[in-house]
Amino acid sequence: MLKRVHFPTSPLPYLLVAPQLAITLVFFIWPASQAMYQSFLIEDAFGLGSEFVWFENFQMLWEDQHYLDAFLRTAVFSTLVAALSMGVALILAGFAQRVVQGAMVYRTLLIWPYAVAPVLAGALWVFMFNPTLGIFPYFLEFFDIDWNHYLNGNQAMGLVILAAAWKQVAYNFLFYLAAMQSIPKSVIEAAAIDGAGPGRRFFTIILPLVSPTTFFLLVINMVYAFFETFGIIHAVTQGGPGSSTTILVYKVFNDGFVGLDLGGSAAQSVVLMVLVIAMTVVQFRYVERKVEY
Amino acid sequence: MAEIHLTDLTKSYGPTEVLHHVEGAIKDGEFIVIVGPSGCGKSTLLRMVAGLESVTSGEIRIGDRRVNELEPSARDIAMVFQNYALYPHMSVRENMAYGLKIRKLAKAEINRRVEEAADILEIGPYLDRKPRQLSGGQRQRVAMGRAIVRDPQVFLFDEPLSNLDAKLRVQMRLEIRKLQQRLGVTSIYVTHDQVEAMTLGDRLMVLNGGYVEQFGTPIELYDRPASVFVAGFIGSPAMNFLPATTGPDGVTLPTGGTIAAPQVQLDSVLLGIRPEHLLPDEAGEITIVVDMVEQLGANSLLHGTLGGTDHAMVASVAGHVSAARGAQYRFSVAPEQLHLFDPKTQKRLDA
Repeated sequence: MLKRVHFPTSPLPYLLVAPQLAITLVFFIWPASQAMYQSFLIEDAFGLGSEFVWFENFQMLWEDQHYLDAFLRTAVFSTLVAALSMGVALILAGFAQRVVQGAMVYRTLLIWPYAVAPVLAGALWVFMFNPTLGIFPYFLEFFDIDWNHYLNGNQAMGLVILAAAWKQVAYNFLFYLAAMQSIPKSVIEAAAIDGAGPGRRFFTIILPLVSPTTFFLLVINMVYAFFETFGIIHAVTQGGPGSSTTILVYKVFNDGFVGLDLGGSAAQSVVLMVLVIAMTVVQFRYVERKVEY
Repeated sequence: MAEIHLTDLTKSYGPTEVLHHVEGAIKDGEFIVIVGPSGCGKSTLLRMVAGLESVTSGEIRIGDRRVNELEPSARDIAMVFQNYALYPHMSVRENMAYGLKIRKLAKAEINRRVEEAADILEIGPYLDRKPRQLSGGQRQRVAMGRAIVRDPQVFLFDEPLSNLDAKLRVQMRLEIRKLQQRLGVTSIYVTHDQVEAMTLGDRLMVLNGGYVEQFGTPIELYDRPASVFVAGFIGSPAMNFLPATTGPDGVTLPTGGTIAAPQVQLDSVLLGIRPEHLLPDEAGEITIVVDMVEQLGANSLLHGTLGGTDHAMVASVAGHVSAARGAQYRFSVAPEQLHLFDPKTQKRLDA
């Protein structure tokens, strides 16, 4: 017979989770529902009244070439940020794992960029690449590259990708290092005895065995590139020149707070919300697959 | 197939020396077992031969090559690890073929070797499974298969059976022995299990605290242990040790009784008697006061103390014995089955 343990009901558990629930409600659920509500409204030109229009805001988005361009730009931006930061992190983790002496120093230094606030990270890169004062444009001149990200849209895009990827390398590095350290040493040694050199071991043993981490990080990095790079872009290019670095999340800000098209901006947020929910679902469904040694 | 020569081999981690001047010559096709308690340096020694640990000083030669500076892959060896170290993302077939692919063997040749090894090890039906779909014993076979397809000069085994249950361990032990005899590949096998060591090895190298205590055939180690450590380590239950003084008639036990023994130069010695060499004898000089009896079926182990002293003694008696606590049994022992050791150096004394 099935027996169940019955606890006397008490308000204590509810009290204990109440602060967290309150924070979630006030800062997440309420703004999200406000955004959803607002995405159905169109404000009049003076901001005095608004009209309920159902999906007209969304319809306008799909017809707006600027928005579709921003979508494509975001896809390119996030793919490159994810690829660059994960690639660099993978290589660094591969090397850091082989280091025996002073390993803690390397690892600590590699983790530092993660502690830098996005706006500050952006400011660092702006200084380094300032066309008149920066050190990198000076070096690039030797290769006959005329650097001015205030004028050249592609260079501006390159710079924000670089800054965004740099900041995320530390996070990816941590996960890759942990994944590599959980591979039993004897598996690597067996491969060494089987005749595989360091390069081959990396590509045929280590890389396949950290693939669950790669997948997890891919989702995380896409989400990061989609949403958390606002600060970097705001500090580095403010979406310009023109709209060459205006990714979706920056366009939400630009259209809403600069252009004051609150309804359209809210509709864009809702689209972004759907995207992040979709990515989270993918992550939860597939990330749980683990390698068994 | 090759001989292995270890010459004055030393290993240090920083200032700590963990292996001290190890010497050993291993003949072509020989099965050598390195045995010792945990922390004695046996795995380190094996890993030095494999090339996974550097050599601090001395020389390792496989065949006619000095291999100290060679990468593991260049030493022409294969190793079976304690946790099998199979590649979890590859099928059994891919696991076995991995090393062959790196050697750029023809596909047909790879397939032929894998199938042949699978036949020998009876893992043919599992070739397309992943390691996680296999039982411990099957994984063990795959690890062996990965070693034999390479057709190396030397097999190295690092406690390969310690993750298996007792019954499977005995079975795999026999199979490893048969396989090695059939292939005739020089092998080094590391274990802490003295029964495994005795049954597998052509010769045993007993390590203790980084020193080679003795290197010889199992019977040599059993009959003529070179030190107190080897005497206590080889044989089960372990040998009894008693302090004794020597005289013209033999050795005098702590109880005062004198038994015939080989003559040695020292006055006081450490006397070693194996439990199975104690023969029940009404007139015997060795009295055991029984504390406890362990019934093993074929024989019984009498645990107790030497009469009137607090020296622990174990005797192995054939058949069933049910003795009450405090009962006294008398034993005698043949002089040639006594082992005498120097209490200071712990080394064997010979007449």
